[in-house]
Amino acid sequence: MSVEAAKGVETAIRVENLFCGYDRRPVLEDLSFDLRQGEMLGVIGPNGSGKSTLIRALTRILPLSRGRIALYGTPLQDYTVREIAREVAVIPQQTPVTFAFSSLDVVMMGRTPHLRRFRREGPEDREIAIEAMRRTDCLAFRDRPIHELSGGERQRVIIARALAQQPSILLLDEPTSFLDLNHQVEIFDLLRHVCARDGLAVLCVSHDLNLSSEYCHRLMMLKEGRIYTDGPPEHILTQGHIKAVFETDVTVIKSPYSGSPQIILKPGD
Amino acid sequence: MTMKRPLILVLTAVILFVACVFSMGVGAVYIPAGAVLQVLADNLWPGGTLETAKTATDTIVWEIRLPRTLLAVLVGAALASSGGVMQGFFQNPMADPYIMGISAGAALGATVAVTLDLQFWMLGLNAVSIAAFLCGLAVTMVVYAFSRRGGRVASTTLLLTGIAIGAMATSFTSYMLVMGGENQRQLLFWLMGSLSARRWDHVWMLVPYAAVGLTVVLVYARELNVLLLGDEQASQLGVHVERVKLILLTAAACLAAAAVSVSGIIGFVGLLAPHMVRLIVGPDYRILTPMAALAGALLLVLADLVARTAMAPAEMPIGILTTLLGAPFFLYLLHRQRRV
Repeated sequence: MSVEAAKGVETAIRVENLFCGYDRRPVLEDLSFDLRQGEMLGVIGPNGSGKSTLIRALTRILPLSRGRIALYGTPLQDYTVREIAREVAVIPQQTPVTFAFSSLDVVMMGRTPHLRRFRREGPEDREIAIEAMRRTDCLAFRDRPIHELSGGERQRVIIARALAQQPSILLLDEPTSFLDLNHQVEIFDLLRHVCARDGLAVLCVSHDLNLSSEYCHRLMMLKEGRIYTDGPPEHILTQGHIKAVFETDVTVIKSPYSGSPQIILKPGD
Repeated sequence: MTMKRPLILVLTAVILFVACVFSMGVGAVYIPAGAVLQVLADNLWPGGTLETAKTATDTIVWEIRLPRTLLAVLVGAALASSGGVMQGFFQNPMADPYIMGISAGAALGATVAVTLDLQFWMLGLNAVSIAAFLCGLAVTMVVYAFSRRGGRVASTTLLLTGIAIGAMATSFTSYMLVMGGENQRQLLFWLMGSLSARRWDHVWMLVPYAAVGLTVVLVYARELNVLLLGDEQASQLGVHVERVKLILLTAAACLAAAAVSVSGIIGFVGLLAPHMVRLIVGPDYRILTPMAALAGALLLVLADLVARTAMAPAEMPIGILTTLLGAPFFLYLLHRQRRV
């Protein structure tokens, strides 16, 4: 079945009975869920609950021990690395920058899965990269070396790189955990905007419950490598669930801006 | 850097050519540049200035100085491009072409050949060159095989394994040097790196490796750029990381081993040339690799010129010279970098 035809089917990623881990230590156990096209799914849970492992399994960096992952109905292992990169873009926590590439160079790297060997980037690749930078509002520093940018600016460049891949699925791995508050909001606003416009399927791993609740359509809470609960934010962010998974007492209130559930921490004695 | 890329490449190539012609003129017998060019033209397009019997000038330029200069060009280009690849590969600016134990392995091979007094010739090359090439590659393969875990090779493991196995090979070499016989002077000269008394055979030995190796690292320059983001991100951008790494590593190792086998161990060129070029053209390997090759060639041609003439009629091992000049420059680079 062609990928293009399957995209109408709505289900971007289907995970069934996934087991995955490092060496003999299982991290993810018996995960099953769907990610639909146009949906923004937040994956939350404490450290070590398997959030980042999930991203690595979904990009085939980590082999599965059991179960299956399908991309638009086709098993992930039937894709080449290049084919995966044309469908799935990843925005990492941070990007190592040992050498001084310009921002535009980095965004152009997003064209890698679309280029054949011996072919240089053409004018249309450049156009796509520039357009991606315009959309993430980082065109102003296209010639500046990436290591001179602030954390927020750099992450906008990385999002532009992901858009230059022209993916249909976006995986976010704690995209704002190293950023200041203002940049966190800015980056999530941006992500929400581009995802809605392009109808991307988004899976966002984050340890920030309030941000996840504010921006995601649906939350999936992991506990010790298993899905504890999965549903719309108002069903997931409850006092009981957070007590059970994070072992923390909180109060949940409604955001005065959007009505999304937001947690208030209760300090210990 | 606003200079157009093709322009800067052509400019460097022209400088290299001028340096080569000048270098071929200098020596025990001085030959003006015009005469050098005349000899080159006569030999490349025979029949032009018909039946001039082989003059002494012709012999000196064509049989002695040209192969030596070409060898400097090839060795410099091979070491510098190999070094550039290794620096990107290991994401470590300290990496050089010898990092995977190639030099240690080559030295061991050469020492074994000299100690056992191996006397075979192959393709016009003596046992020392052949043994150095094979052992250099063999050590690299052992390092690679040893670092492989479950189909993946972590760069840090590779680096440390290279250091450990290289140290072992160096110990064997030292042992044989201490226990060895009267050929030690010849061996020491080889170990220090030299281009003296090299002939066309050496050039022809190096040409295929340099050509294939350089082509491969140029073709994979874009992937190498992406690899600088780390294995995980490179893979997420569609690069078949393990395959590309193996290809690049093989190419870089062949370049370095072939260079070492004909010239001995010439230090710092492979480390410095890519660094200097990076300061001028930036980190993009699509321009960095060809520029590093040209810069390495230029460095070695100039170094060889000094090595031949500074203590004439005696000759300095070129490896001593490159290290002597290269180390302070490297310290300067480090110092500069720390201030930024």
